[in-house]
Amino acid sequence: MNGEVVIPLIIFLVIIFLIGFYASTHLKSTSNFLQEYFLGSRQLGGFILAMTMIATYGSASSFIGGPGVAYTLGLGWVLLSMTQLATGYFVLSVLGKKFAIMARKIRAVTLIDFLKERYESKGVVILSALSIIIFLFSAMAAQWVGGARLIESLTGLPYTGALFIFAVSVLVYVIIGGFRAVAITDTVQGIVMLGGTLVILIGTIVAGGGVETIVATLATENPDLISPFGADRSLTPLYVSSFWILVGVGVVGLPQVAVRAMSYKSSKGMHRALIIGTVVVGVIMLGMHLTGVFARAVLPGIEVGDTVMPRIALEVLPSWLAGIVLAAPMAAIMSTVDSLLLLVSSAIVKDVYLNYVKPDASDQTIKRFSVGITAVLGVLVFAMAVNPPELLIWLNLFSFGGLEAAFIWPVVMGLYWKRGNASGAMASILVGVGSYIGFNTFMPNAFGMHTVVLPVLLSLISYVGVSLMTVKKHAAVQTAVEWKLWKV
Amino acid sequence: MKQHEGSPKDDPRYRVANREALIGVGLVLINFILWYGFAYGFGSKPVEEYSYIWGLPAWFFYSCLLGTGVVIVLVILAVVFLFKEVPFDEEEDQ
Repeated sequence: MNGEVVIPLIIFLVIIFLIGFYASTHLKSTSNFLQEYFLGSRQLGGFILAMTMIATYGSASSFIGGPGVAYTLGLGWVLLSMTQLATGYFVLSVLGKKFAIMARKIRAVTLIDFLKERYESKGVVILSALSIIIFLFSAMAAQWVGGARLIESLTGLPYTGALFIFAVSVLVYVIIGGFRAVAITDTVQGIVMLGGTLVILIGTIVAGGGVETIVATLATENPDLISPFGADRSLTPLYVSSFWILVGVGVVGLPQVAVRAMSYKSSKGMHRALIIGTVVVGVIMLGMHLTGVFARAVLPGIEVGDTVMPRIALEVLPSWLAGIVLAAPMAAIMSTVDSLLLLVSSAIVKDVYLNYVKPDASDQTIKRFSVGITAVLGVLVFAMAVNPPELLIWLNLFSFGGLEAAFIWPVVMGLYWKRGNASGAMASILVGVGSYIGFNTFMPNAFGMHTVVLPVLLSLISYVGVSLMTVKKHAAVQTAVEWKLWKV
Repeated sequence: MKQHEGSPKDDPRYRVANREALIGVGLVLINFILWYGFAYGFGSKPVEEYSYIWGLPAWFFYSCLLGTGVVIVLVILAVVFLFKEVPFDEEEDQ
């Protein structure tokens, strides 16, 4: 590819590095390393909070995969993708204040800290730490592969070289800057994502001769491209609606999103983030997927969905602008990966090492260990991504829905239902993950709904059922927990 | 400051938090109804009979553009008029 496309990408990477160095100055001066490294000392303001939530959630699929499917299926897929609007306000209004207040009462730094204090159970801690480490590690590796492929296609570098550039860029700022660096770079990445979306949408509409012409062209090719049912009429209302669970409300259960709901400074920031988040997520999801559909009228006949975005950008925009726009998927991937990297590190350092291996570690040891683990994880993911093993690809299939099915009820019911207890939470995690893998393998999209729906229901039933059955067993612990978390 | 003596009661800030969680659920329900109603209400007929607004099929315009706009306005109204600010730091507790 040509230099004009690559230069904006390089500038983008340099800015990201500078932010990492800026954030590392906070890390040096902090009195509480763990809080700063894994949670940015709970100092996020509204704008940064909104952007880091969206950027973490919006990944390669929002910018590459999703628009590619929209290109193939038409406006029905845009309708489906708009179920994600709910993530902008639902996570913060449901977890929001309750989570922020409870997390402060117990000084929780990670999601698992909260679960540990809420359920007082080793079983819950170990099960949830394992789910996070296994699923998010594979999700992360899959995103690295995506990031490297993108660099490969834009620069013409060989895959391993592209992967190396990607890995080094992410590792440097995460290791030196921690959560604060991740949140601030997420903000820059979110702005790039938003700007890139608007530019590419407008560029595509102009290149296609206006919305009316584009829609007419699509309708002539296949009328169902502009119906809500998809080009092959495969998108039934029930199936599309079931995405409200997967990418709408279920996102509450994703640890990388949930942990952000305890990172903000004040309720004013949270209120602002609710509004900004909803607007930004609406614009990005609508814009990117609509661009995917419109691209069909401008560049018909693209076979591989994942190449639609890069090709349409290079087709309709001057190359320097295409470079800026293509920094958006790059930003989306990086901002997801950086958060996952930090989260998996925190699960190992804070939730396993400090809880069970060496509770009395000194500050200096924790510091060295945290940075070391993050680095080791980075190298491991790199090794995996060079030649992704089958197991990893298999695990990644379950990472999104599996984590939702595992965590949604232990977190949400843990916050709002005093009688929920450790046995219920463990049953919910096991049933959620187990049934998700089971359904995905033996009965995908059961009864015409996305696979995630039934496991989420089953894990709710297990949570409530088992909690009610084991009231006596947990009576003493539950009273203590209620005192600690609810009473003043 | 925290008071451990006297009869224990739930943290008063939780009443605000619980109410706002319910508002979030309400918003999702409204969002879903707008999204579903417009999309399949206008979009289920044969494509030849579609009407168009701004060049887009009416179902898409109402469901994805107008619906999104309405939800954004509702979120803003909810935050401005229904959400309450509460202190987070223990020291600020009364």
